[in-house]
Amino acid sequence: MGAAMTLHSPDLARLIFGRLSLESIPYHEPILIFTFIGVAIGGIAVLGLVTYYRKWGYLWREWFTSVDHKKIGIMYIVLALVMLLRGFADALMMRGQQAVAFGSHEGFLPASHYDQIFTAHGTIMIFFVAMPFITGLINFVMPLQIGSRDVAFPFLNNFSFWMTVAGALLVMTSLFIGVFARTGWLAYPPLSELPTSPDTGVDYWIWGLQVAGVGTTLSGINMIATIVKMRAPGMNMMKMPIFTWTALLANVLIVAAFPVLTATLALLTLDRYAGTHFFTNDLGGNYMMYVNLIWVWGHPEVYILILPAFGVFSEVTATFSRKRLFGYASMVYATVVIAVLSYLVWLHHFFTMGSGASVNSFFGITTMIISIPTGAKIFNWMFTMYRGRIVFDVAMMWVVAFIVTFAIGGMTGVLLAVPPADFALHNSLFLIAHFHNVIIGGVLFGMFAGVNYWFPKAFGFRLDPFWGKVSFWFWVAGFYFAFMPLYLLGLMGVTRRLRHFDDPSLQIWFEIAAFGAVLILIGIAAMIVQFGVSILHRDKLRDTDGDPWHGRTLEWSTSSPPPPYNFAFTPQVHDIDTWWQMKQHKWTRPTQGFLPIHMPKNTGTGVYLAALSFVFGFAMVWYMWLIAIVSFVALLAVAIHHTFNYDRDYYIPADEVGRVEAARAGA
Amino acid sequence: MPQCDASGARTICVLPIDRRTLFAQQYPPLFHSVASVVSMKTLRGLLLLALPLALSGCHTVLMSPSGDVALQQRNLIITSFVLMLLIVVPVIIATLVFAWRYRESNHKAHYDPEWDHSTIVELMIWSAPLLIIIALGAITWVSTHKLDPYRPLDRIAAGKAVPADTRPLDVDVVALDWKWLFIYPEQNLAVVNELAAPVDRPIRFHLTASTVMNSFFIPALAGQIYAMPGMQTTLQAVINKPGDYQGMSANYSGDGFSYMNFIFHGMSEDDFAKWVAQAKSHGGMLDQATYTTLEAPSEKDPVHYYGSVEPGLYRSIVNRCVHPGPDCMDMLRMPGPGGGGEASASTDSHAAMPMAHPQ
Amino acid sequence: MSDMTMTVNGGNGGEAALSFHVTEDHHPENATLFGFWMYLMSDCLIFACLFATYGVLGREYAGGPSAAQVLELPIVAVNTTLLLLSSITYGFSVLEMQQNRRGPMMAWLIVTWFLGAGFIALELTEFAHLVSIGAGPQRSAFLSSFFGLVGTHGLHVTCGLIWMIVLLVQVGKKGLTAANKRRLMCLSMFWHFLDVVWVGVFSFVYLMGVLT
Repeated sequence: MGAAMTLHSPDLARLIFGRLSLESIPYHEPILIFTFIGVAIGGIAVLGLVTYYRKWGYLWREWFTSVDHKKIGIMYIVLALVMLLRGFADALMMRGQQAVAFGSHEGFLPASHYDQIFTAHGTIMIFFVAMPFITGLINFVMPLQIGSRDVAFPFLNNFSFWMTVAGALLVMTSLFIGVFARTGWLAYPPLSELPTSPDTGVDYWIWGLQVAGVGTTLSGINMIATIVKMRAPGMNMMKMPIFTWTALLANVLIVAAFPVLTATLALLTLDRYAGTHFFTNDLGGNYMMYVNLIWVWGHPEVYILILPAFGVFSEVTATFSRKRLFGYASMVYATVVIAVLSYLVWLHHFFTMGSGASVNSFFGITTMIISIPTGAKIFNWMFTMYRGRIVFDVAMMWVVAFIVTFAIGGMTGVLLAVPPADFALHNSLFLIAHFHNVIIGGVLFGMFAGVNYWFPKAFGFRLDPFWGKVSFWFWVAGFYFAFMPLYLLGLMGVTRRLRHFDDPSLQIWFEIAAFGAVLILIGIAAMIVQFGVSILHRDKLRDTDGDPWHGRTLEWSTSSPPPPYNFAFTPQVHDIDTWWQMKQHKWTRPTQGFLPIHMPKNTGTGVYLAALSFVFGFAMVWYMWLIAIVSFVALLAVAIHHTFNYDRDYYIPADEVGRVEAARAGA
Repeated sequence: MPQCDASGARTICVLPIDRRTLFAQQYPPLFHSVASVVSMKTLRGLLLLALPLALSGCHTVLMSPSGDVALQQRNLIITSFVLMLLIVVPVIIATLVFAWRYRESNHKAHYDPEWDHSTIVELMIWSAPLLIIIALGAITWVSTHKLDPYRPLDRIAAGKAVPADTRPLDVDVVALDWKWLFIYPEQNLAVVNELAAPVDRPIRFHLTASTVMNSFFIPALAGQIYAMPGMQTTLQAVINKPGDYQGMSANYSGDGFSYMNFIFHGMSEDDFAKWVAQAKSHGGMLDQATYTTLEAPSEKDPVHYYGSVEPGLYRSIVNRCVHPGPDCMDMLRMPGPGGGGEASASTDSHAAMPMAHPQ
Repeated sequence: MSDMTMTVNGGNGGEAALSFHVTEDHHPENATLFGFWMYLMSDCLIFACLFATYGVLGREYAGGPSAAQVLELPIVAVNTTLLLLSSITYGFSVLEMQQNRRGPMMAWLIVTWFLGAGFIALELTEFAHLVSIGAGPQRSAFLSSFFGLVGTHGLHVTCGLIWMIVLLVQVGKKGLTAANKRRLMCLSMFWHFLDVVWVGVFSFVYLMGVLT
């Protein structure tokens, strides 16, 4: 402190504020100012309402500090939906810009802004929409499906969630303080190195992903340990529900892929902060190594997202076809094969980097091989419907839309895996159309099916089917309007990430795509209306017996919403479709003989650690070394302090369990 | 070429299905070349269905290219597409049919809630995609080697071998922030943002970049390849029809990326000679000093010619030796610190980077 | 897995007699060691990336010094000995822990700590020396990847040392409780893991570097 006192005030300011100054606030950008005002008004309204209704204590005790996997799962999905709005706003702006910026018209976004938008769109949609969505769904559903009372490490689960939030907040902060990366969502060097990207953009990207990545890796470990160690007695691996299988493999992929991202980001960080030469142009650095490493993470990441979606489709198809899943074993093997192969295909993202023909064709063919188990899965869903009694609730409608859409997306994907074809189609809008085709048509449709399917389990009432169907049709139609023109534009040789075009004959296609985006906007609005209407009509939509869809797996055997302990008695498993079998055997819920239940205690440590990580990340972005050091030391101190707390669990007394179960029986 | 009016009016020119045969008559070379690739008779019917689908827009340059390499890539795209339609179309139809037939309200449909396994069906659902992928994998292996951008061309068009006395036209390409520099070593000429080549003569591009990764792409000519700083890639291609074609960077490279376009002129030998003479008449020499000025980031640069080029300039750009200093790879390869700064004697060797082409 | 609580009625009553819930208290197996093992595997991948990076960049001297010129085997030999010894002493500590002898257990852990601290001290000396002769991580891609790999290992050892202090305090305060024993086992796995990684670093970076 004495040393700081003797510093001149500019030095002191630099020590505290780093490179942050008033100029870092983008008040000259009208779009950002209006966004900020909108966010501020919305934020103040929400905070005001929470304060007015005195809900802070409730939120803190029952949600923020909760270690209950169900609540954490719900919070993950809320995060995903909020970030979906941000990511979609970016998409709308891109579609708008590309629909008008022709010839002498430069559009409404300058390059410096447009480039941030497409980078943010990709980053947010993958890391802060798709990832929290699947993690949330796995968190909520998987422990219920395996008949467990929580995950293996409940505190770690809470901590992981808040780290994801901290990462998302860092990315969001870049909207209003400084800038975000202008490098594309994977920030290839040399472009992302200091000489070509000196501002805070890439640093926000790095620290946002690094902080969130810690959460994702830990959550992956947690879920694997849960599935391996905490299944109900009798549930051997080949009796696990298929969603649990996909969750297991997705999390194995997380644990096996995210460390690569962590290491790669760390090396880029060293290049940018410590002047090393891992990926630089000079002194022996090799940016092609970055491209390889980032895709060694990036390709499994695609399967981390899609496998749980496959799991959702399997559950939904079997349930709504009122029939066993066709080919359970082959489904499992297909999933395993996909997971393994996902590590052997990364080079197909850069055939055009000049590898030899043998290397390229090897990776091309391994990529195609993935389509075999994927194809088998699609057939399995088809044959699950075959000889079924299909009820077309909203969740099942998403399945049918998915199969059709995903078949098209898979086909264009295999096309891109043929190296000479990829030379023509790489980096084109055809590629953009392809991966939106599989990520929207696969992952997002899957998540929507999952939300419609498990919502009653989470909240005790179903979602309104009418608005669900409205949302469904606008989403599906909007998707086809928005992305089919992009396939065509790709064939016209139009490249991605352009903000201006010369050829006016292209414009109509971009206008159609923009129209599609508007349809999707209506679809999203309908989804929000669906939530609102369902809450209003919750008594009419009430799920009284915990099994609104005539489900097949264990989560439907408990009440909706489930009690904190999930199951008063641990289930005993004999079949894949345990609950189906229980119903056929006319199993009745025990009403006596309850035992005290061992439960983990809530803790605020996860919130504190994540908050400090946010401060640390922010300080690093802005070169605020003093704050960075202080927050890092504080981070260590809080973590160590937490280990001194040995009092982490408690028992729910047997008579309280009895009361809860009796209330259920009465309902 | 099936282009709609080039005057710039915004018209959609969707090819109506009933003009399918007319289309085949109107554009026989296209039709025949496609048909010759897919020789399996059973595929032909499907192909006829697929063509209008693939070509239903105007300006689909990838579907109607003017260079032999791009044409072969186009044929490959169509072949693969048709092969996959063999399985994807039935899947989509069957899904919709099953979804409809086994709907809850249809009590006539057979309901078998315990039916979850059939060895025959399982065998079918694994082997059908497997067969398609075996076929496609074989096509991939062969075509990837045949269309390897590093491989010297053995034909200038279907059935037209490269004449024995033809030397490929060498063009050294440098992706700058944010413009293209084309150096013609044989003609001792350098051009910014414009490229020309005679028809039916193989072109051999060597590519590099000044600061960041770009991708060199002329859709009508051939597929793209990255242009990367400190290393060299190669692309072999040939243009078969005279005309003006769009060229671009296909890999995002920063703020000026959207304007990193150029026109590629396919010309007759005579026109090309005239173009060279005309370009050289602009005079000016591209040497290290002018290159340094040119290299500075700029957008929307007009076409610009340099009548001569300092010898070895391209090589020193590849090896990052334009500005002598620690960047220069030739110096770095010398044993011990501070070795001589002479340009590398080895010719045509790729920069020693991993994942580079192992030639 | 948790088969001790299987309560299926042994086949005598046919299907109808299936029991669908466990009536006694059911505790799944503690997953901490398994989870920690998963963490180590993920950490192992980080090292794999750094090894791969070193493999790619290890010869990019960029006109600067080569591995053979700057790496000094004698220091590293001492270093390696210290770390290997520390693994053995940690092993003794675990043996004492299993006998529930807190004093000797803590004594061995303290010996381990000093061996680890000696390793870090020597490593820091080596790094300081390299930087002082102009062979810092900014000099060349080889040196970047060298510092990246060796430094990350050193950082892990440092974390292990901090963790060891924390555990010494906790064992001192609470004794050898089940929770503390579990933590000691985790740290033990961590410490041996770092030893294994170091064997890789030693052979791959130092031995091969000096030999070429």
